[in-house]
Amino acid sequence: MAIFGLWVINKAGGLVYERSFGDGLPHLTSNEYLVLAGTLHGIHAITSRLSPTGSSSGAHVISGETFKMNILLTATGTKFVLLTSLVEPSADSVLQKVYEIYADAVMKNPFHTPEMPIRSEGFDTRIVALLG
Amino acid sequence: MAYAQPHPRLSVLSNSSLSSAEHLSPASSSRFSLPSAPSINTTSGPKSGARPNIYDRPLNKTRTAEVSSAAFAFLFSEIVQYTQKRVNGINDLERRLNTLGYRIGTRVLELMAWRNESASKAPKRETRFLPALMSIHTHVWRAVFGKPADAIEKSVENADEYMIIDNDPPITRNISVPRDMSSLSCSSFTAGIVEAVLDGLGFSARVTAHNTPTEQYPNRTTILIKLEKSVLEREEALKT
Repeated sequence: MAIFGLWVINKAGGLVYERSFGDGLPHLTSNEYLVLAGTLHGIHAITSRLSPTGSSSGAHVISGETFKMNILLTATGTKFVLLTSLVEPSADSVLQKVYEIYADAVMKNPFHTPEMPIRSEGFDTRIVALLG
Repeated sequence: MAYAQPHPRLSVLSNSSLSSAEHLSPASSSRFSLPSAPSINTTSGPKSGARPNIYDRPLNKTRTAEVSSAAFAFLFSEIVQYTQKRVNGINDLERRLNTLGYRIGTRVLELMAWRNESASKAPKRETRFLPALMSIHTHVWRAVFGKPADAIEKSVENADEYMIIDNDPPITRNISVPRDMSSLSCSSFTAGIVEAVLDGLGFSARVTAHNTPTEQYPNRTTILIKLEKSVLEREEALKT
């Protein structure tokens, strides 16, 4: 019932935002985060081709023994990845809310360059308020 | 306003239709309606058959209308980016936003005065500064943002400074200024609106916006109004 982390990946596969909550996740260097995000982007693209029933979006949930990742792919190619414990039931709705916060605090911010790393206090504050 | 000859834009409409147009939309009596098609029948007015002209719409039609805040946020964000490319320095950027707000303020004042006149029997025009400031704090803010501002303060150090405080200004709600520009306040736009309303009412002042965040309201903004000496002297003279 815990949220461990949030990643936001732009349409080119670059990590634009990363935040860990609590101490569920080990601390990685920013370079490692970038590599992981790029890899995830590639996996997501591959899985969208593997569907046996025609065209499909990429993987939504990737789960392991102790955690799972929910991936929300938006219409513009931005991916929101939420890392949570296995029993988190509301991950999809949380991701939708994160998307709304992104649309408000990032897209409407004149000082943000699209597809670049997010450095906006408003976004940080609202994400912390939402995800603790 | 009678012209000896019809205004060149109205060359297709006769003089009689000018008065009938005034009849139909008293609000636009001082504005000309552009003919949308040259061979239009003038006696029934320009509305028949042609698309209604936006200038002929009754001004009270949109009195309680609301604008999508997301649409405005994107427009304002682009305004800031556009201005930022063409200035050098924070002060210049604030001054340009102030000018844009000024142009809106003059129209806000005129529209509010016009609507007041048709709404109440004896609309009052504010001639003293404090009632004018109160009316800006409530009526202008309500007309523009939908709710009155949060506080009015008078400065203790300077007799010519007054402040209007907004705890969460709607136009800058989604703007996060980067750390190296932390003194920039995009509420300079609002300051421009206030400056135009004050100028229109006869109280010239210099109006600027400053960020004054608190724990509870990180977006709290203060609109600082610095009155000109002539206004202060006039207020003093009127007091006696």
